[in-house]
Amino acid sequence: MTAVETEAGRLQQGSAVGQSVPRKEDNRLVQGQGVFFDDMKRHGMGYLHFVRSPYAHARIESIDVSAALELPGVYGTLTGDEVAILTDPFFQIAAPPGGHVKDYALAVGKVRYLGEPVVAVVAETRELARDAAELVMVDYDPLEVVVDARVALAEGAPVLHEECGGNLSYSGVWEWGDVDAAFAEADHVVSIGELHFDRFNSTPLECGGALVEYNRGTGQWTMYTNNQFPGFAAIMMGPALRVGIDKLRIVTQDIGGGFGNKITSHPQLVVCCLLARKLNRAIQWTEWRTDFHQSMSHGNERWFEDTEVAVKADGTLLGFRTKAIDDAGAYLRYEPLSGVIWSQVAAGMYKWRHIRLDFTQAMTNKAPVSPNRGYSRMQQLWFTERVIDIVAHTLGFDPVEIRKRNYVQPEDMPYETPNGCVYDSGDYPRALDMALELVGADMIDERRAEAASRGKLLGLGIGSTLDSGTNNFGQSQLINPDLQFSGNNEVATVKLDIFGEIVVTLGTTPQGQGHETTAAQVVADILHCDVDMVHVRVGHDSYWNSHAGFSGTYASQFAVTGLGAVKGAADMLAGQMVKLASMVFQCPEEAIELAEGFARIKDNPDAALPFMALGAIPNANNAGFPEDPPTMNCRYVYRPFFEVPDKERKFGNLTLTYSMQIHACVVEIDPETGVSDVVDYAAVDDCGVRINPQIVEGQVMGATAHAIGAALWETFAYDEDGNLLTPNFYDYHVPHALDMPPLKTAAIESPSPFTPLGTKGMGEGGGGGIHCICAGIQDALRVAGGAIVTDSHNPYHRVWELLQHPERSRETVEVTST
Amino acid sequence: MSVSTTSTHRTIAVEINGTTYERDVPVSRLLVHFIRDDLDLTGTHVGCDTGSCGACTVQLGGDAVKSCCLLAVQADGTSITTVEGLAGDGELTALQRSFHEHHALQCGYCTPGMLMSATALLEQNPRPSEHEVKVALQGNICRCTGYWNIIEAVVAAGDGGDS
Repeated sequence: MTAVETEAGRLQQGSAVGQSVPRKEDNRLVQGQGVFFDDMKRHGMGYLHFVRSPYAHARIESIDVSAALELPGVYGTLTGDEVAILTDPFFQIAAPPGGHVKDYALAVGKVRYLGEPVVAVVAETRELARDAAELVMVDYDPLEVVVDARVALAEGAPVLHEECGGNLSYSGVWEWGDVDAAFAEADHVVSIGELHFDRFNSTPLECGGALVEYNRGTGQWTMYTNNQFPGFAAIMMGPALRVGIDKLRIVTQDIGGGFGNKITSHPQLVVCCLLARKLNRAIQWTEWRTDFHQSMSHGNERWFEDTEVAVKADGTLLGFRTKAIDDAGAYLRYEPLSGVIWSQVAAGMYKWRHIRLDFTQAMTNKAPVSPNRGYSRMQQLWFTERVIDIVAHTLGFDPVEIRKRNYVQPEDMPYETPNGCVYDSGDYPRALDMALELVGADMIDERRAEAASRGKLLGLGIGSTLDSGTNNFGQSQLINPDLQFSGNNEVATVKLDIFGEIVVTLGTTPQGQGHETTAAQVVADILHCDVDMVHVRVGHDSYWNSHAGFSGTYASQFAVTGLGAVKGAADMLAGQMVKLASMVFQCPEEAIELAEGFARIKDNPDAALPFMALGAIPNANNAGFPEDPPTMNCRYVYRPFFEVPDKERKFGNLTLTYSMQIHACVVEIDPETGVSDVVDYAAVDDCGVRINPQIVEGQVMGATAHAIGAALWETFAYDEDGNLLTPNFYDYHVPHALDMPPLKTAAIESPSPFTPLGTKGMGEGGGGGIHCICAGIQDALRVAGGAIVTDSHNPYHRVWELLQHPERSRETVEVTST
Repeated sequence: MSVSTTSTHRTIAVEINGTTYERDVPVSRLLVHFIRDDLDLTGTHVGCDTGSCGACTVQLGGDAVKSCCLLAVQADGTSITTVEGLAGDGELTALQRSFHEHHALQCGYCTPGMLMSATALLEQNPRPSEHEVKVALQGNICRCTGYWNIIEAVVAAGDGGDS
């Protein structure tokens, strides 16, 4: 069931934008004709397999690859010692102390997490490479392990990177408003001892990998890969390999899901590059699933300690103060950017004006983290939602009413948050009402009674969440003032080719988001032609003229930056087509219109040039024109307007748009087992103008499934020795078809006033499902001891413990009233 | 009919999508790698190394099987259909069309396996219920869609998509 309320008023009959145009990508993908990196082959290519550390922390005493090299069919190896000679450590985003980390493509001297690549082996076949890797002898001297960020920061903890003088990678105090005054004004202060956001990631079905070729004559590498942020990868790889960006050609085609987890594959790509050059043959690396789980892009685990919330007697929330401790894992591959990204949604969806958050990030002997759908904002939004529900629970407020009282209201839009971010548009209370209606919240008391008659506990949960999109990369300077990144951009080209084909190239790297379709919709409307006439090239190629420093698909921005670039280029082309037609017809440009796939004279539609004629002129038929005909090949760089944020006050607009989702669910718990069953679920989305509603809804549903998995089943659990206990899809249970609850979706369209098409970036969902399932479980437990949910991950055994010992969590929450 | 060439290789003959392929393969080679690497039928995918994800699902003798859980030599003498064998002469099957119409795919990586599991289901049960579809697809992981659209697409494709 889908209910749609629209405020857009932009959807005109016959226009492609706003229609659920079936995807252009599907025809190849349903026939197995997509081209993923692992589908490509080269003559004589070698298969790469990584020898990985069996220890979470150890000194490498010696490495002997001789037995592997003697195996017939083995082409060669690469060790950390070679990498340390042939490359420079990766550029660090962090200022000191994190900035002192020396991060290479293979372990040098030490290993710091289980699964860390130590040696690369290349052989004639996949099987042989794997067998040969078994013959590599590595002697380790095991070291003491630290897997808990809180312990890692304590005196005497084992240190991962000696050059950092400890495990601290970043710390900073973020404070806005007058926090002390807010607490003095408060009628109630609610204290929450500790909240924990768990470690998981979105586990795209296709693992990492690449096919890498080296051109000895030009010194250029070509990487056919599934890296989803080529702009970033090239910036990281060039200096490490001691080459300019022009030597690195990064090509993507079909990508089997990304969700942020494929941003930081630059270390493995460097290994492939070095081996392609060393062995003078194409290198094929396909990551195994266990390798992915052990080493690729975990989401940020985060603790919130000693939280205090200032509340007025009527339920008005004045502010909060807390200490966040973030776990970066063993290396800083994209970190410590999470140390600022959270502040895009520092206040969540609420109007409290007085906030203090002391952010500390530690390195631990676990897989490095990097962006994961909802990156760093999800943790903060989960925190604010937990705070709301704990305050409501403790002080006796209704979770719906306290939200509505404290939400940023539609009349406040655009709303400047205490830290200078600008929420562009939206109607949060109305979305909440819609979500509640979809899950039948008005009948919740009757349903509780019915469930109780069966011995079950029933709870209603709400998850309010934001999906901030289109980063102002100037925010990186708030964690490291010396960085030279700011603003954002994306590029597209649109050209009219010889036979009248409209050809579009994008700087983005779609992984299922349907960019070929939505880009074609935008272009078709501008050129007044059919969507089928628009050919959007598959994937990304940094050698196309549509690559820029921020090119890629990440952080909820395509509908703004990607389509902003497409619109800009298509507008330019439309202008050139009109100009050329006016030159042909020798009339003013104002007399020409584009319509139905022709450029024609408005008052004389029979005088019409088909696109084919226009395309041929500049390319192949240009004699006789007194002045140069336009090129019909247009490139546009979309750049949102941003200022560099104020570094002293940590103040400024960090993202251009704020999509919103309200999730609501009904959870039924079996008190005998602690098993939670989500029996009703709704998600209401507002991402401004929707270019393709079906694709938007698909993103909402996918993000919801990820959140449900994270809330109930998915966790990267480590033992105290740093062994990952969930290294595959047996132990790391992602939702299957039978696991999914019924889902209802609805949409509001509140166009963004700040973007070319009124769109907002979306797709990350902000973890709404985690928030609302936590809330639903807490609500269900209210009549069974009143336990407080303090963890984002609540498998049956944790719920069972909450049922057995509700006092343990209750004791962590205190109220002081004046 | 197999001829042993060395202790580590065997010659096998497998009919795939109507063509019989005779190849000398290492006995350790998985069927999925035989299909992908030796025969270049790259529509069949690999998403895990534990037989959990179903991206490699093919039809073997009509049944949906995970081709990562068989050795190539075990497929000797059998008849297999892969995703490339579904659409004859470029004409999509009702199920493929239904996936397209219901937005049942995003990245498309799990799609071949989903299609093969669902094709086997529809051959055995032409008008499956929603629950029967979920049961038939429980061995196939999708990380993009949340399954709802896939389930709808398979139900709608029942009885040739007429419903």
